[in-house]
Amino acid sequence: MRAFILRSVFQRLVLLLIVSIMAHSVIHLAPGEPSAVDPSNPRMKPEDIAKIRAAFHLDDPLYMQYAYWMRDLMSGELKSFKDSQPVLGKIWRRFLNSLPLFLCATLLVWTLAFPVGIQAAIRRGAVYDRTTTVVAYTLISVPGFFLAYLVILWVVNTFGVPVIGLKTFGMEHADPLFRTMDRVWHLVIPSLIFASGGVAVLSRYVRSQMLEVIGHDYVRTARAKGATEDTVIYRHVLRNALLPFVTMFGLLLPGLIGGSVIVEQIFAWPGLGRLGYEAILARDFPVILTLNFIAAVLTLAGTFLSDILYAVVDPRIRTGLQGDA
Amino acid sequence: MTEPQETHKASPSPRAHPGAGGEEAFPPSETLWRESWRVFKRDRLAVLGAWVLALLLVTALLGKALTEWVVVFDPAAVRLPEKFLPPLSLASSVDVPPDDRPLGGIYLLGTDELGRDVFARMLQGSFVSLSIGFIAVGIALVIGIVLGGLSGFYGNVKLGVITVDTLIMRLTDVMLCFPTFFLILTVVALLPPSIYNIMVVIGLTGWMGTARFVRAEFLALRKLDFVTAATSIGAPDRRVIFSHMVPNAMAPVLVSATIGVATAILTESGLSFLGFGVQPPYATWGNILADGKGFIFDAPWLFFIPGFAIVIVVLAFNVVGEGLREAINPKLRRR
Repeated sequence: MRAFILRSVFQRLVLLLIVSIMAHSVIHLAPGEPSAVDPSNPRMKPEDIAKIRAAFHLDDPLYMQYAYWMRDLMSGELKSFKDSQPVLGKIWRRFLNSLPLFLCATLLVWTLAFPVGIQAAIRRGAVYDRTTTVVAYTLISVPGFFLAYLVILWVVNTFGVPVIGLKTFGMEHADPLFRTMDRVWHLVIPSLIFASGGVAVLSRYVRSQMLEVIGHDYVRTARAKGATEDTVIYRHVLRNALLPFVTMFGLLLPGLIGGSVIVEQIFAWPGLGRLGYEAILARDFPVILTLNFIAAVLTLAGTFLSDILYAVVDPRIRTGLQGDA
Repeated sequence: MTEPQETHKASPSPRAHPGAGGEEAFPPSETLWRESWRVFKRDRLAVLGAWVLALLLVTALLGKALTEWVVVFDPAAVRLPEKFLPPLSLASSVDVPPDDRPLGGIYLLGTDELGRDVFARMLQGSFVSLSIGFIAVGIALVIGIVLGGLSGFYGNVKLGVITVDTLIMRLTDVMLCFPTFFLILTVVALLPPSIYNIMVVIGLTGWMGTARFVRAEFLALRKLDFVTAATSIGAPDRRVIFSHMVPNAMAPVLVSATIGVATAILTESGLSFLGFGVQPPYATWGNILADGKGFIFDAPWLFFIPGFAIVIVVLAFNVVGEGLREAINPKLRRR
């Protein structure tokens, strides 16, 4: 087991190195430079541009730029091109904003998708199954921002739920209870929209996983020995159907960055996705690269976590690993 | 009622054919594709989706032809006095010169902020949106099949210290580490705006699933008798791969391709929303929708028509894809 962990950690470090080199080259080889973002500004003289380029090491060869980036990232001194703020601090503040949204959405996905998927599998072919199938496919097929706009139109007119930003402006001096309520209230619609696609996909997956297991012989055996339907479904089928989902816990992590660009843009939510979008607009290479790097770290950590969880939950794999190592 | 077990090669089924009258003990069994088609037909939603897609294909081709060559369907004709007309309104005979009038003098789907005919723009957009989906998925498929096939067939060949399989699978892992939408957005935003860049970038970031499927299928197929037989009669690798293995590995690829087209159309509309989609003069459903969001109260049809069009088409692709998945997966069939 320990050999397995060491080996997979090492493999992932190598992957991370390759990912960061690839990301760095893609971004630096593409046309469009940070120093050329504002070409019409009359105050930008050629010597200013030269100064900026020197400060950001833009004239050095690519591998030196990569080395500088890595050095600054590791020592925590990486500065944004745009406003010379430390990149890690910026990302950390935005991360704190994204986290509640992400947690709420994830919670919604996992609490809604399982009951819906299980019921659909049990009542295969019935009205409930067909309805949830159509609803799930529709949710998968809607462009995110189209759905968000529809919901905003409907919700704002009907319930008056706020849909802009983290909190109401000017509430800073209110009672802490009110401020908390205000923030929770602001979370509702963005996290629902964020979760909608996930609920649809995951509930379909739960359904097909359940159907796959329901067909096995031991389920028929359980029925034959007279177990009640609830025992059959929840003790025999569900337990075995759950296995693949353990691994999905780990795969959720990277959604923090990639999944939220559009949602955060619509709801003016100052989170990581929006930070990335702003950085792209400003050609702020250190921020783009660092976000990409963090996303890769999260993905690798996620797959690592899911491998470990799988081994913990499934004895067959655990013994396989021991034999292997 | 049990289904006959699916086999990769046509093998005689022991089940007597109901119409054969018992004379023929071993009738030719159903081919894989015909059997899959029979299962697919049972799913009414998927059949409906297939009809929608057939209709869409005709619309897109007709739309391309009409908007290119027929003046009444010119999607770029600007008629400023006629802007923001709701659907089904008549073109005025005073303000619009006869050449610029839409078909029958009626704006079927209204006009936009420049007085362009939304119907003509949607027609043009259907072709552009579909070709983005098809070309992006085509690129992803070619890369995925080549890499997956290489690593499945020549996986044990050593290249210096590592095997081909390790190399390709680690490359797949690397690509899976990138947050896809963020990567697409970054590259599209940094490159000069062009419709081809969007297709290529979506394709280049979407091949990993296909590569994995094809590799898994190839690894399984290599051990089957008919591949051994083909190799043993001296068929060259090229022939074994392309005429024996690839056709048998295509089923899961077909499913992921169908769903991939849907995803590509959605990705394009997401990029349009952020301002990095296909640029004018091309109209796509994504950028008509993204432009329409500014007029959601004054001219709701500019928002709702492309929006629901995208939902219906993407839904059709997804439903057909799932229907295919069900049709080719013997485990999920009704027992």
